[in-house]
Amino acid sequence: MLDAESLAAPRPDRAARGYLYHRHALIVRITHWINAIALAILLMSGLNIFNAHPSLSWGRSSYSNRAPIFETGAATAADGRLIGTTRIFNRNFDTTGVLGVSSDGGRQVVKGFPSWITVPSFAWLAMARHWHFFFAWLLVINGCVYLAFSIFSRHLAHDLLPTKLDWRSVGHSIIDHVRFRHPTGVAATRYNVLQKVAYLAVILVLVPLMILTGSAMSPRLDSLQPGWIELLGGRQSARTLHFAVAWTLVLFVLVHVFEVLVSGVWNNLRSMITGRYRIPPDPG
Amino acid sequence: MSDDDSPRRLRRNLLTAIGGLLLGGCDALSRTEWFPRILRVGEDLSRRVQHAVTARKSMAQEFSERDLSPSFRSNGTANPDDNDYQALARDGFSDWRLRVDGLVEQPMGFSLQQLRSMRSRVQITRHDCVEGWSAIGKWKGVPLGEVLALVRPTVAARFVVFHCADPMDPAGTKYYESIDMEDAYHPQTILAYELNDASLPIGNGAPLRVRIERQLGYKMAKYIMRLQLVDSFAAIGQGRGGYWEDQGYEWYAGI
Repeated sequence: MLDAESLAAPRPDRAARGYLYHRHALIVRITHWINAIALAILLMSGLNIFNAHPSLSWGRSSYSNRAPIFETGAATAADGRLIGTTRIFNRNFDTTGVLGVSSDGGRQVVKGFPSWITVPSFAWLAMARHWHFFFAWLLVINGCVYLAFSIFSRHLAHDLLPTKLDWRSVGHSIIDHVRFRHPTGVAATRYNVLQKVAYLAVILVLVPLMILTGSAMSPRLDSLQPGWIELLGGRQSARTLHFAVAWTLVLFVLVHVFEVLVSGVWNNLRSMITGRYRIPPDPG
Repeated sequence: MSDDDSPRRLRRNLLTAIGGLLLGGCDALSRTEWFPRILRVGEDLSRRVQHAVTARKSMAQEFSERDLSPSFRSNGTANPDDNDYQALARDGFSDWRLRVDGLVEQPMGFSLQQLRSMRSRVQITRHDCVEGWSAIGKWKGVPLGEVLALVRPTVAARFVVFHCADPMDPAGTKYYESIDMEDAYHPQTILAYELNDASLPIGNGAPLRVRIERQLGYKMAKYIMRLQLVDSFAAIGQGRGGYWEDQGYEWYAGI
């Protein structure tokens, strides 16, 4: 959490020496790391589940007169070698080694996503489902704790909602990001506008969408209000969206980790572990 | 930068090693007795929450004829490798009888003809497999509740167990499944003898399969030979309530 008091008036002696600033509240730090673990397991167990039927369709069922949007498969070459294929819309790609066919324990095997990105590392649908649903609930409960804290402590209103000033600085912020220029002084105690928008998108759009599209695949929750999953385009569309939003979250994590790395990795990591972020001495 | 740029290679090897360790850790945990028990808390919570937010008789979505899948996929057993079953199939299942017994006041046997003459229900529903695919089919059958009304389950009856004809392994273990009375009396729970306006094909479970529309496909036993009403399924199979449950899948398949 950002401490408004120290923001307003860093004392001159502190500014000259540099100091440790309390950047993240304990609950934010704990929920952050639980999220990190849960998202990793959810992705990897989810890909194991995907491998049981490595095909995505749009619509109510998988067997309509429409071809799948995305599908991995395997073919045998003339010399007996296995070739992994991936079909995206109407185009086929040779993805041997990664999608369709990959090595598992030194052997080439037919599987959607490779071993190194699935939990468990081999085809085991029942177990992947145990992992997936446990960590799904952990993510939901953890998210509720975070959200409740953020609303009541005004973390959401103070630190995450972009201000008018923020919106005016969007252009600047984009240029700063592209040039890998990051504030190090007092400005680093506040989230920049792109950061705020990205975090809010994850918290309020992407994760809720994951829960919604995941629930839409449940035949029991289907009966909540017969037809509600039509809003997502039907069950197979919901499954496709679940997959697409998952990879959007992966994209967020990649950018997030990249920004952490280029804007002072140890200082950032410390602030997410102990809460303290070093404000360097004022060069002026 | 070449491969023998050692700090870089060291870092990459280190990352690979850590990744391998974490993945290996997940595999090792999966193989223990105790860890999956903890993980299953998630599915137990799903069952409780799903029952809390949906009504006992909430209905699964039904579709129109134009949503029908061009052909309904046969999954699991396609043709039971069993001499008795094959003999029944050769005669068009005229000698087949559905036995209903266990905790009932009046054990009974039903021929296919008798089941067909009872009140029927037609429903176009989506079949959701645990693997992730869905297919839409038009089913006709007798509501399980109608059959139960004739045999009159005793107050002790808590589950309906479906005993099937298809052997699942070289040892000859037959497929079986079970549901609770809430699902047994659900209006969409039918013993189906028709698929897409034709006699149920062997690939889809002839002569009789059950539809349990608020759960996944593996609950919907095919090739049904006998219904048994029980107060516990602990003594049946390996005790987890179904063939796939004995292989580690959840008994409640609502998600």
